[in-house]
Amino acid sequence: MTAVPLLWLILIVLALAAVGYVAGRSRAMASAGGNSRALHSLPGYYGYNVALTVLTPAFGLLALWLLIQPVWIDMRVSALLPDSAIADSSTRDLVMSDVRRVAEGLQILGAEGAPDVVDTSFLEGLRDRLGNVGVALGSEIDAAVYRAALSYQDMTRVGTGLMWAAVLLAAVGGFALSYMVTNKDFRARNTVERGILIVLIGAASIAILTTLGIVLSMLFETRNFFADYPWQEFFFGTNWAPDFRGNSELAILPLLWGTLYISLVALIVAVPIGLFAAIYLSEYASNRVRAVAKPAIEILAGIPTIVYGLFALITIGPMLRDYFALPLGLGESSSSVATAGLVMGIMLIPFVSSLSDDIINSVPQSLRDGSYGLGATQSETIRQVVMPAALPGIVGAILLAASRAIGETMIVVLGAGAAAAQFNRGLGELVNPFEAMTTVTVKIVSQLTGDTDFASPETLVAFALGLTLFVITLGLNVLALWIVRRYREQYE
Amino acid sequence: MNDMRRIERATDMKETKISARHVNVHYGDTHAIKDVSVEIQDKTVTAFIGPSGCGKSTFLRCINRMNDTIDIARIDGDIRIDGEDIYDPKVDPVQLRAKVGMVFQKPNPFPKSIFDNVAYGPRIHGLARTKAELDEIVEKSLRRAAIWDEVKDRLQQPGTGLSGGQQQRLCIARAVATEPEVLLMDEPCSALDPIATAQVEELIDELKQNYSVVIVTHSMQQAARVSQKTAFFHLGTLVEYGETGDIFTKPEDSRTESYITGRIG
Amino acid sequence: MTDMTASPAEAPRRNGSLLTADDRTRRRNAAERRFRVYGMIAVGLAVLALVFLLTSIIRNGAGAFMQTYITLEVALPEDKLDKSGTRDIEELKKATTFTYSPLIKDALEAKIAEEGIEIEGLSKEGDLISKEAAAQLRNFVLANPEVIGTTREFEFLASGRIDGYYKGRVTMATAELDGNISPEQLMLADALKEAGALETRFNWAFITAPDASENRPEASGLGVAILGSFYMMLIVLVLALPIGVAASIYLEEFAPKNRFTDLIEVNISNLAAVPSIVFGILGLAIFINFAGLPQSAPIVGGLVLTLMTLPTIIIATRASLKAVPPSIREAALGVGASKMQTVFHHVLPLAAPGILTGTIIGLAQALGETAPLLLIGMVAFVREYPAAPPEGFFDPASALPVQVYNWTTRSDPAFVERASGAIIVLLVFLLIMNTLAIILRRRFERRW
Repeated sequence: MTAVPLLWLILIVLALAAVGYVAGRSRAMASAGGNSRALHSLPGYYGYNVALTVLTPAFGLLALWLLIQPVWIDMRVSALLPDSAIADSSTRDLVMSDVRRVAEGLQILGAEGAPDVVDTSFLEGLRDRLGNVGVALGSEIDAAVYRAALSYQDMTRVGTGLMWAAVLLAAVGGFALSYMVTNKDFRARNTVERGILIVLIGAASIAILTTLGIVLSMLFETRNFFADYPWQEFFFGTNWAPDFRGNSELAILPLLWGTLYISLVALIVAVPIGLFAAIYLSEYASNRVRAVAKPAIEILAGIPTIVYGLFALITIGPMLRDYFALPLGLGESSSSVATAGLVMGIMLIPFVSSLSDDIINSVPQSLRDGSYGLGATQSETIRQVVMPAALPGIVGAILLAASRAIGETMIVVLGAGAAAAQFNRGLGELVNPFEAMTTVTVKIVSQLTGDTDFASPETLVAFALGLTLFVITLGLNVLALWIVRRYREQYE
Repeated sequence: MNDMRRIERATDMKETKISARHVNVHYGDTHAIKDVSVEIQDKTVTAFIGPSGCGKSTFLRCINRMNDTIDIARIDGDIRIDGEDIYDPKVDPVQLRAKVGMVFQKPNPFPKSIFDNVAYGPRIHGLARTKAELDEIVEKSLRRAAIWDEVKDRLQQPGTGLSGGQQQRLCIARAVATEPEVLLMDEPCSALDPIATAQVEELIDELKQNYSVVIVTHSMQQAARVSQKTAFFHLGTLVEYGETGDIFTKPEDSRTESYITGRIG
Repeated sequence: MTDMTASPAEAPRRNGSLLTADDRTRRRNAAERRFRVYGMIAVGLAVLALVFLLTSIIRNGAGAFMQTYITLEVALPEDKLDKSGTRDIEELKKATTFTYSPLIKDALEAKIAEEGIEIEGLSKEGDLISKEAAAQLRNFVLANPEVIGTTREFEFLASGRIDGYYKGRVTMATAELDGNISPEQLMLADALKEAGALETRFNWAFITAPDASENRPEASGLGVAILGSFYMMLIVLVLALPIGVAASIYLEEFAPKNRFTDLIEVNISNLAAVPSIVFGILGLAIFINFAGLPQSAPIVGGLVLTLMTLPTIIIATRASLKAVPPSIREAALGVGASKMQTVFHHVLPLAAPGILTGTIIGLAQALGETAPLLLIGMVAFVREYPAAPPEGFFDPASALPVQVYNWTTRSDPAFVERASGAIIVLLVFLLIMNTLAIILRRRFERRW
């Protein structure tokens, strides 16, 4: 909608920058009498200096404006809406989204269909006309909403006009300023390099912004959730039974139980296989075996989790059910803890093995020599010297694998089932690996996909679950990285 | 004192412990050891000297088949200990290494307690039937390595916490704990300060009463101080082998003389 | 020393020959062999799991690339399709698929009569043909109104069950129990095949067609999903590569050792390990709810995947910057280049192959990522192809891995085959990208 005219603004600023490059360059050359050796910097730097002074403030302003304008207009328009315009079943946020859509529709319809004074028949007609241009509205348009939409539209128009003016002014101003300072003694290279350095720092800071974005977005919605739902119930309740009609029980414990149980099964599969595979490949295997087996195991790491999920759903699940669960009388579901755990274990094998491989290889050869020199066999050396020496690193690797298992989504969505663990049905069912069980990640997906209403605790609980997941995995990662780093330092 | 010792050496004829004949070692395409033959005597300290990369350490590592752990190393020729060919297919290198202990250039205590470091060999070879026997072996070995008094109160602390010289003596204690007949030492003092070096050298002198000691060293002074026999290696060949005193005072080969006088090396 | 002098001639305890192994050595060697066998078993299990996974997917999915078609002569009578006789397109649109389906049914019956096929107990022979056929016929007529009143040959998709019959998924025995198909209908299909009116051949539509609804798996394809994934990869490439390289250059070449850079470092290594679903929550909360970007749009998916891919690219880029020998930097600084010139003129070009390899691997990861896309609404059912960029970035689209997930949630077993087929397509793309990365690495890595 606004993308195309915005593109024009961006193109104009870019063109101005290009002109600035040429102008700055030739002005510098002129001031040096055409002799580039008399310049402080290479002529191109004078050009870049002008171009950057055009671009940076203009785009900075543009980005800021685009971020702030919608929020500011929303606040203003929201204040215009009388309380009477908000039906009992609705919220101010929902009405505001109607306002935005009406405004958007009016924009598409063009100016001719927007009289200031309105009657009911006009509003009814408007809904149909909006429907025709693809803006479907759930209910009749309220007169107050219509008026709000009109002022929304006005403000947006004025705001966008101002934005154009301000951005262009910034660009032209930057141009003029930097063009003026351009002369042969100006330290263009240093200025440009300082500018580039700032850009580089900005790029590096995106990592911090991302983390901040993750934490803030989840904290904000989690706070909303706890405003509606007692936190004691969330953390210490024992039942997960969401009900979109209200009266949900939203306790995390049953989900955590499923998450941890499945992760445990996955680690029981992945750790011995991954560790022994790493030992075999780094200490025993011939070059030929290594050349085949190592890439094969690494391929496992490159396979997307959705593939593992499908594998669990169509192959492993039915297999475990038909050959184990049914004959043993332990269950009849093909989605189960065992299914998800086994497949997740396969996914984690390369993760454990490549980390262990690194760690085993970082145990100094001198320790192995010392052990061989005493007449130890290779396995004695590995078990009694290499492993104890590598232990902290391997523990770190296992923690990282655990964090990955806890955060894994697709395998459990497709392989573990959707029913939360039931604490009141007794221990037998809780620990039966052939029972379907659900996890934190599965519930985040199911509460946030489909038609969601961001005011209900049933939806918002997903953010609380996400935050808990984030905190757990972050804790595990920090601990694991710390252990691994301490371990590395020991041998450096 | 040196003079006295030389006299003692000359009179003391001992039986041959290790005999190597026409030994060649290749690392991939590099010919590292070229046709070396040498007879090493029992209850004697034999020093291998020579410039860096001359093959002295490589040859040392042939004697307990440590080169087996390097994939690209290939060894021909014949090395016998007490007349038995150690490269015979029937020989288990594990058994061989129990008989031929080794101390390395850099002290390499395991990241375990001092006690467990020394007890490691006896444990894997099953030399002690009871805890008391093991304790006894550990104490005896630490005493032999002249470090008992320094560590007897902290046997359960990690071996990596000791100073460099202590660590190296711990490694020697670890090597003698398996009761080897030959002790190979690969530049055991190169990572140590002079005081620690003196302690280790004194120890080597003591050890020769029970073992045949072969020491690789960079330092000619050290070779002169501790050894009775010296072999000079140059570019993979054994140039000269004889009584230490003879090698240092009247070398037969001009290369040996150049090395001793510091012109090559 | 006292201890030693006390027993100077202490003989070593073991005087056994080296040539005969003692009991203990034999036992230790057996333990050694056992340990080695455990290792082999572990490697074997890992490789076996890979083989099992791949064969299971390929066995289940290969069928998706074949499709059964039925060729029929359909009469297009004017009195039914264009009662006004004007060929006015608005008039023609009034004839719905309900008008068209009987035409196809008639054509099929005519074919059966013509071939003299008689099968006892046969009913509802129209079920042989996909429900998509009527829409296909209608679209064709609307596009070519002049064909009304003629009889033309059309090739229709066979229904999912008939298609499944020729791929071995449906048999006479299962048809017996199936409400949607009967053994008689299968016999009819065989007869039609005999007569040359039915054939199974390679299915391009699977790769190019858009998704289709729940009850017509035979018509569903990956077209929109592939396009959506492609758009997202484009966005990731355009954003993540420059940002990632810029961040790496700063951290590796310029950053002073202080708390700010420490903070960035810690953040990057943690972001690399944050569960992908959390990025989905971020996308939903920031890009959709806060910034107001549209749901299901490649732009949102692209942004989320960019943030996820950045750590991978940064880690790879830093490794290849680090691999450039310091001598090159010193040489450039030595002739009076500024630090910035050194980096951009010398270090960066030399590190480029490594950076590119890392980027491709990052893109491959992003291509297979599913969970975050579920949260930003890419599970929606999308039948329209997105427009060309840049507008297309804001249009609803699907993505390859999400399409797989989407199909697994549908009840018709034919969709399992489709999902596995989609995985094969996804894996082929990943294979191509990784091969490219390996070739790049082999080609350019031996610089020093």
